[in-house]
Amino acid sequence: MQYISNIIFAIILIAGVGYFARNIKKLIRNIKLGQDVDVSDNKPQRWKNMARIALGQSKMVVRPIAGILHIIVYVGFVIINVEVLEIIIDGLFGTHRIGLKVLPESVYGFLIGSFEVLAVLVLLAVVFFWTRRNVINLKRFKSLKGWPKNDGNIILYFEVVLMCLFLVMNATDTSFQEMGSGNVISGFMAPWFNEVSTDTLHLIERSAWWLHIFGILVFLNYLYFSKHLHILLAFPNTYYGKLTPKGQFNNLEAVTKEVKLMMDPNADPFAAPVEGDEDEEPAKFGASDVMDLNQIQLLNAYTCTECGRCTSECPANQTGKKLSPRKIMMDTRDRLVEVGKNIDANGGEFKDDGKQLLNDYITKEELWACTTCNACVEACPVSIDPLSIIMEMRRYLVMEESAAPMELNNMMTNIENNGAPWPYNQQDRLNWANEN
Amino acid sequence: MSEQLKVPTIAEYMVEGKQPEILFWVGSAGSYDDRAKKITKAFVKLLNSAKVDFAVLGAEESNTGDVAKRAGNEFLFQMQAMMNIEVLNGYEVKRIVTCDPHSFNCIKNEYPSLGGVYDVIHHTQYIKELIDAGRLSVKGDTYKGKRITFHDPCYLGRANSEFDAPRNVLQKSNGTLVEMKKSKRFALCCGAGGAQMFKEPEKGDMDVNILRTKQALETTPDIIATGCPYCNTMMTDGIKAKEKEKSVEVLDIAEVIANSL
Ligand code: SF4
Ligand code: SF4
Repeated sequence: MQYISNIIFAIILIAGVGYFARNIKKLIRNIKLGQDVDVSDNKPQRWKNMARIALGQSKMVVRPIAGILHIIVYVGFVIINVEVLEIIIDGLFGTHRIGLKVLPESVYGFLIGSFEVLAVLVLLAVVFFWTRRNVINLKRFKSLKGWPKNDGNIILYFEVVLMCLFLVMNATDTSFQEMGSGNVISGFMAPWFNEVSTDTLHLIERSAWWLHIFGILVFLNYLYFSKHLHILLAFPNTYYGKLTPKGQFNNLEAVTKEVKLMMDPNADPFAAPVEGDEDEEPAKFGASDVMDLNQIQLLNAYTCTECGRCTSECPANQTGKKLSPRKIMMDTRDRLVEVGKNIDANGGEFKDDGKQLLNDYITKEELWACTTCNACVEACPVSIDPLSIIMEMRRYLVMEESAAPMELNNMMTNIENNGAPWPYNQQDRLNWANEN
Repeated sequence: MSEQLKVPTIAEYMVEGKQPEILFWVGSAGSYDDRAKKITKAFVKLLNSAKVDFAVLGAEESNTGDVAKRAGNEFLFQMQAMMNIEVLNGYEVKRIVTCDPHSFNCIKNEYPSLGGVYDVIHHTQYIKELIDAGRLSVKGDTYKGKRITFHDPCYLGRANSEFDAPRNVLQKSNGTLVEMKKSKRFALCCGAGGAQMFKEPEKGDMDVNILRTKQALETTPDIIATGCPYCNTMMTDGIKAKEKEKSVEVLDIAEVIANSL
């Protein structure tokens, strides 16, 4: 019977981590629904970007107060989770504070002491964030409704509970308090429990311990359904972020092939297709659904923190147009999740559900309002490129559906006929030189 | 402009068996739009004054395809690009300067993978180069003490990280540079990019150029300086809408310098 708690612990741990792993596998499968894209270049630069933007959070400090507090929560959270390592070992092997056995008392005390200070800083930052989200009317948060709004708050409550449990656990651990090293915060809390009997104290300590690890496992599994996936995905996402100048849009290779053929005076338009070409699927130009986007764009969608920095910088959004780059990312993720569920429900095959990203989620009105100014790309703290998705969908509208606004069709006809967006004769291109 | 501008075509150079130092890509706006043509001429005045051996393609130039690409028409873009590349490569062009940040971005970044590899620079960068090399001397009396605010074009600034050259050049006019709250990396678009120039805006509560003009006016400028023909149009319209055309001028950097020689 003496191993019962070890066994229960192991079961909870395996269940928690197992369910998480299953969801991550699903996430990777969903991302792989996207088109392949070659991102094997420039590894040193990519590592640097990841270190700077994800680890160093360089883009967060553009807004200094929120940025610094975010760093506190993030660093605090990561570091305190080192403590989880100890909990896992203790839980599995029935030890108590194994760290004390392997580390000198002073080192252990220093570590736990810093964790406690961080825990308090995290609590303070969380109070700030909660106020900012719920009391102060910041437009980029006010515009969130329903699940996205709750999601933002739930995680803050999570942090509060986890941090409090950590502190209570330390405060009620009599041997730890007696040691008198590392209890920089919990030392002040311990007297609150003076009236409590030793047995009850032990019970509180154990409960806090169990709830802490349980809470962390729930948190881990909550991530998959939340905007907080960015805690993990910010790393790959910044690694795979765009390295070329922001103004450089990709050239579609499928188009290049056809244009070369058209322009080659020696090409025989009636020539039989080259062998091997027959079973090549005719290329679809642009994107009308998530499967047409590339894998980086889908990773972008899962990584989006819904912070709205992009939207608050967007010229179209600032002037009351429907376009919101944040919504572009959230729609893409919602649709991708929907497609993933469809695949799960249909034994691994996607069954046409009569829906797509275009129109059912993102409207033409939004797409045509974009000025391609890159303000959203610049603003994003985790290297997301909403503009590339907008462009892919415009390509679909124009090349597959010829559904550009009329004025744009006129403009393009002019370019085709006389090499300028206006109806002027190409022979007159140099007239300006002789005008006065 | 009183004095006669010298605008040789590259074909004329070829006849003489010579290569120009640089090819001036005039662009569609610079060739046909009445306001932009003034910018083109101001820039040529600078080139003439610095005795640059430049050439234009003239009637052999065609639209870069940039605006078609941003509108989503990759076919039209690549057709235009390949036609232009054929002409440029035929003349063995190495270096290109243009007053249009959209042409600049497109030729510099999007032509190479289609076979067009050139050293492409924006006219503000080239003016800086000419001044630094001592080829162009700016007297700088005209705008002495005038408040000048520079509106960063998206495709020069954010898109290609060039923020300093235009400001360095403007400084030579002896004007006082004042920055808008939103500038450089965080500058607001004028509203013309992404093919918006050629269509009506979507429904909203304001036009983008009006918002940008408001931001510019907050600096109480005498001059709003631009580096893009489309920005120039948008800001000029904005100033008209705000009925400020009497007190605020919208000028391209090339014009500011051409007036300061
Ligand atoms: S690129 Fe488009 S979506 Fe992004 S900020 Fe500019 S206008 Fe908005
Ligand atoms: S795309 Fe980036 S900036 Fe926009 S909401 Fe998502 S994380 Fe924030």
